[in-house]
Amino acid sequence: MSKDVVSPPLGRGTRNAWKRKFLERAIAILLFLSSFLSILITAGIVAVLLFEAITFFVDVSFLEFITGTRWTPLFSSKQFGVLALVAGTTLTAVLAMVVALPLGLLSAIYLSEYSPDGVRRLVKPILEVLAGIPTVVYGYFALLFVTPILRGISGDIAVFNALSASIVMGIMILPMVSSLSEDAMRAVPRNLREAAYALGSTKLEVSTLVVVPAALSGIMSAFILAVSRAIGETMIVTIAAGQNPSFTLNPFVPIETMTAYIVQVSQGDAPAGSIEFKTIFAVALLLFAITLIMNLLSQYVVSRFREEYE
Amino acid sequence: MLDQDFILQTRGLSVYYDSKIAVTDVNLNVARNRITSIIGPSGCGKSTLLRCFNRMNDLIPSARVEGQVLFDGLDLYGPDVDPTEIRYEIGMVFQRPNPFPKSIYDNVAFGPRINGFKGDMDEVVERSLVRAALWDEVKDRLKASALSLSGGQQQRLCIARALAVEPRVILMDEPCSALDPFATLAIEELMRELSEDYSIIIVTHNMQQAARVSHYTAFLMLEETRVGFLVEFGESRKIFTNPEDERTEAYITGRFG
Repeated sequence: MSKDVVSPPLGRGTRNAWKRKFLERAIAILLFLSSFLSILITAGIVAVLLFEAITFFVDVSFLEFITGTRWTPLFSSKQFGVLALVAGTTLTAVLAMVVALPLGLLSAIYLSEYSPDGVRRLVKPILEVLAGIPTVVYGYFALLFVTPILRGISGDIAVFNALSASIVMGIMILPMVSSLSEDAMRAVPRNLREAAYALGSTKLEVSTLVVVPAALSGIMSAFILAVSRAIGETMIVTIAAGQNPSFTLNPFVPIETMTAYIVQVSQGDAPAGSIEFKTIFAVALLLFAITLIMNLLSQYVVSRFREEYE
Repeated sequence: MLDQDFILQTRGLSVYYDSKIAVTDVNLNVARNRITSIIGPSGCGKSTLLRCFNRMNDLIPSARVEGQVLFDGLDLYGPDVDPTEIRYEIGMVFQRPNPFPKSIYDNVAFGPRINGFKGDMDEVVERSLVRAALWDEVKDRLKASALSLSGGQQQRLCIARALAVEPRVILMDEPCSALDPFATLAIEELMRELSEDYSIIIVTHNMQQAARVSHYTAFLMLEETRVGFLVEFGESRKIFTNPEDERTEAYITGRFG
């Protein structure tokens, strides 16, 4: 190509150059437009959320919304304390991470450091298939399989409860945690492992003292992504955790998460423009803000604690 | 030389990767508190041979070792030998500087910590860094990341890290190949000093380096039919001025390799 530029054949060369320049320009504009489109759509979503939420906050004080603990917009005595929904979301997300973090990290260490090649080639795709199961299936798995087992263990557990939904949600995000963590660990250069082995480290010491710290930024991003996923997860909690907004950290009783509430109102018969209808935009805006803060936090944490190799 | 002057000896040592042979029937005696270099063309099995001395080849699933490696008379490949314990006694420095992405201090303290060392860690770190001729350059920033050091400093840090567990032997796998001439000179100077207290085996591509620093030189070669066999072994002075084997002479005068 550079040859053409140096000595273009007379006449045709200049036209080709012009054509090439035009094509380059057209492609640049096309690429710009497609990336601009996604930004535009995001901005549009935020604008709609903001607009509807603002009309909501004309009727309901922001302070009441953000500090109240009773959420009853669908009843005649309406209360708008969103903390009841935030508690449900926090409870299920935290419990799901309690399941997914240790299991995900341990299986990532096994796959990256211990397993023979053959085992990893078999196990990793299977783990990733778990990620492809529709969440509605997980929801019914929680309600119809896990909940009866839990209720067999303790009679205090309600049919709809946060625990069952959280356990299954943990299983759902487990492959994401382990697969991304494993990628991060395998990216740690071999010569760091060798350095540790040459100092007399056992395999466990190499894994925990060298590989995990060096892969920490990748592992942290996997965790944060998983938390965001857990906060935004909808189907499982809608099906298995109940529709009872309650400001509690008791995992045995029915609760309602922010996402489940949005589903409930969206498919119910709240008339457009009514205060019930507007609540979902306020809740969605809060959900959006929480996820955004999580992501910013993760970027800060990752840049602060990374052990960068080369 | 008497038998006990040798800290490491190989007897009929061969290494295979699956069915492919990489080192063939090597008999080598490594003198105590001397520098022994292993030279030879690419692919002749120099590094593989070096990695037999601290059983690093164990980490490669397809590798298989035949023959004996005697460490002060003890067979390193004997049934009761724990490779992690060997590696406290026989340290290693690698081709590319590979400090952990931790602080300078934590790099040096790594070995003693996993070794269950209970004494004064500050003292160990200082002593090791002094020994590796790096102390004066880093004493004011021990908490800084090891990766903030230059390549030559990183390699001396890796030497300090190896010294911190107080090994008796140090294996060096082309330790200067990623360094500039000045850094190389500093490492060579350091090797000479260390050889008073440690036995050093160095694999090198650089024949001048082998001639400059080592007391003994082993020349390994590969041919169409044989890989990784020992052609000649003896005092470096003799190997580089008056070799017995004509293949050695051809190699050191640069006719191949």
